[in-house]
Amino acid sequence: MVSLWVYLVLAAALFSIGAFGVLARRNAIAILMGVELMLNAVNINLVAFWRFVRPDGGSENMFGQVFTVFVFVVAAAEVAVGLAIIISVYRSKRSVIAEEVDLLKW
Amino acid sequence: MSEFDTLASYLSVAPEIGLTILLLIVLAFSVARREVERAAVPYIAGFGMIALAALPLIFAPGDANSTIPEGLYWGGMIRYDVLAQVFRVMILLAGGITALMASGVRGVGRRGEFYIVIIVATLGMSLMSASADLVMVFVALETTSIPLYILAAFKRDDTRSAESGIKYFLFGSFASAIMLYGLSLLYGFTGQTNIYQLAAFMGSDAFANNLVPVLASMVLVVVGFGFKVSAVPFHFWTPDVYEGAPTPVTGYVSVASKAASFALLVRFFVAVYPETLALSGESLQNFWIQLMAVFAVLSMTLGNVLALSQKNIKRLLAYSSIAQAGYTLIGVAAIQSQELSIASVGFYMFMYTFTNLAAFTVVILFSEATGSETIADLAGLNRRSPWLALAMTIALLSLAGIPPTAGFFGKFFVFNAAVRSGLTWLAVVGVLNAIVALYYYLVVIKVMYVDRSEDEDKPIPVGRQYVWVLWATSLIVIVLGTVGAQTVYDWAARGAMGLFT
Repeated sequence: MVSLWVYLVLAAALFSIGAFGVLARRNAIAILMGVELMLNAVNINLVAFWRFVRPDGGSENMFGQVFTVFVFVVAAAEVAVGLAIIISVYRSKRSVIAEEVDLLKW
Repeated sequence: MSEFDTLASYLSVAPEIGLTILLLIVLAFSVARREVERAAVPYIAGFGMIALAALPLIFAPGDANSTIPEGLYWGGMIRYDVLAQVFRVMILLAGGITALMASGVRGVGRRGEFYIVIIVATLGMSLMSASADLVMVFVALETTSIPLYILAAFKRDDTRSAESGIKYFLFGSFASAIMLYGLSLLYGFTGQTNIYQLAAFMGSDAFANNLVPVLASMVLVVVGFGFKVSAVPFHFWTPDVYEGAPTPVTGYVSVASKAASFALLVRFFVAVYPETLALSGESLQNFWIQLMAVFAVLSMTLGNVLALSQKNIKRLLAYSSIAQAGYTLIGVAAIQSQELSIASVGFYMFMYTFTNLAAFTVVILFSEATGSETIADLAGLNRRSPWLALAMTIALLSLAGIPPTAGFFGKFFVFNAAVRSGLTWLAVVGVLNAIVALYYYLVVIKVMYVDRSEDEDKPIPVGRQYVWVLWATSLIVIVLGTVGAQTVYDWAARGAMGLFT
């Protein structure tokens, strides 16, 4: 059986790749994809923890699974709103490159 | 939690149920065929939310014998206590005032969906102030954030609004993903999601001395909270979003979202990383006290210094709100003075809510009449509309912390808590910053009263609902700064006591 740390390393790697994507990519849609990778890393974390760490040992403790489902739902809502906002920016600026959205500056 | 008390459970989320019903009513009215009914939408939403603010007061949390005893409800998702009550009242009032403020704004005022989204955001904030479970914390945070992204980008034909929305969204979703990773680690350490059970497990022998992972989770969670309260170094989004978003939304984000985040922040840190929890001989509370103190100093200093050079009034208020978050963080850092600390945070947010809403109402009226948000254009406001200038003056003096306005007591309580917990240096930094801040607030007052302009014979038109809002917020600011301060502070202090039991 695969041990817990393998899943945790996978999740941490996925999270880091996502964070790198957010910080390094210039396209707003690619940034959004980075955020999605980070959320999926969290899901791997939660499910792995649920499988391995159950203090009462009972199978009725479903916290990790429930948490994961909520993360799915919220991530879907976030993407729906995010893409809508990106489209509205594209309509006015003909671009989704984050650096070109620079009207507001101090 | 063992037995499900149906009545108490429903009453503990009475404001949320009320908001859901209000949302459906507003939805029905906003698609009505007759113009009169559609025009009533802002008033239904506004007065509806103000009326709902009475619910937490009517169904007040009490001791074990009362109808709704303080404690956990809905399987531990909600903790209903006086602190939740305090913050729910201010959030609902802020939501109602925002709806009234928006009613005369071009591009958003006549759009029914605007009020629906505001009600959803208020619902999320109301849940945030009472959430007691990692799942609930995350869901409530996102129920707040996602509608706020929509609101910031609401003016679709305005490039600046769209830009404000995309910046808020990208920064916000990044911060909440980082925070969520921290929450998943906390779940992994303990196998529990209720924030009141995490500390007990992390302190047990089975988990002994895993200091580094716990600190990692704390830092990740702090990023999320830092973003929501716009504390330096997580403040980058604040000025741009505040300037570009429709002004009622700016006012709303600056008060309600910040207040709800502070409610959640104090509850979360006091419960998850309490004073009693020490790993490898290190008290975890000391770590986050230091974090909060550093954030407080950075936020106050950077916010105030950058505000000095602003030309746009919304941007000035954005930097001022970063500085105000810094003052409130002093109250959080002073946690060793126990309920003094939490009570000062509660009072500060209470007075800041009404102060900032008053300031933004004046900004809305001015920019709707003249199309300008530049500070220099406020010249001669006293001769154009003396009452408007007076309301703005009261708000700015309160933000600066001058008696007899509420801001004075806000700062007084926060600094008092800092001194009592042995953080005198932090209080000194706060006072020095208040002096710097006084300069840029007084400059705006000087422009309004001393500078002359050519338009002095043109008064600013003020709608009836704006007259109500300005009277109400200004009176509350004055009352909180004189006779009402003690009452509200005691109320917040009772709420604080509930956190430490």
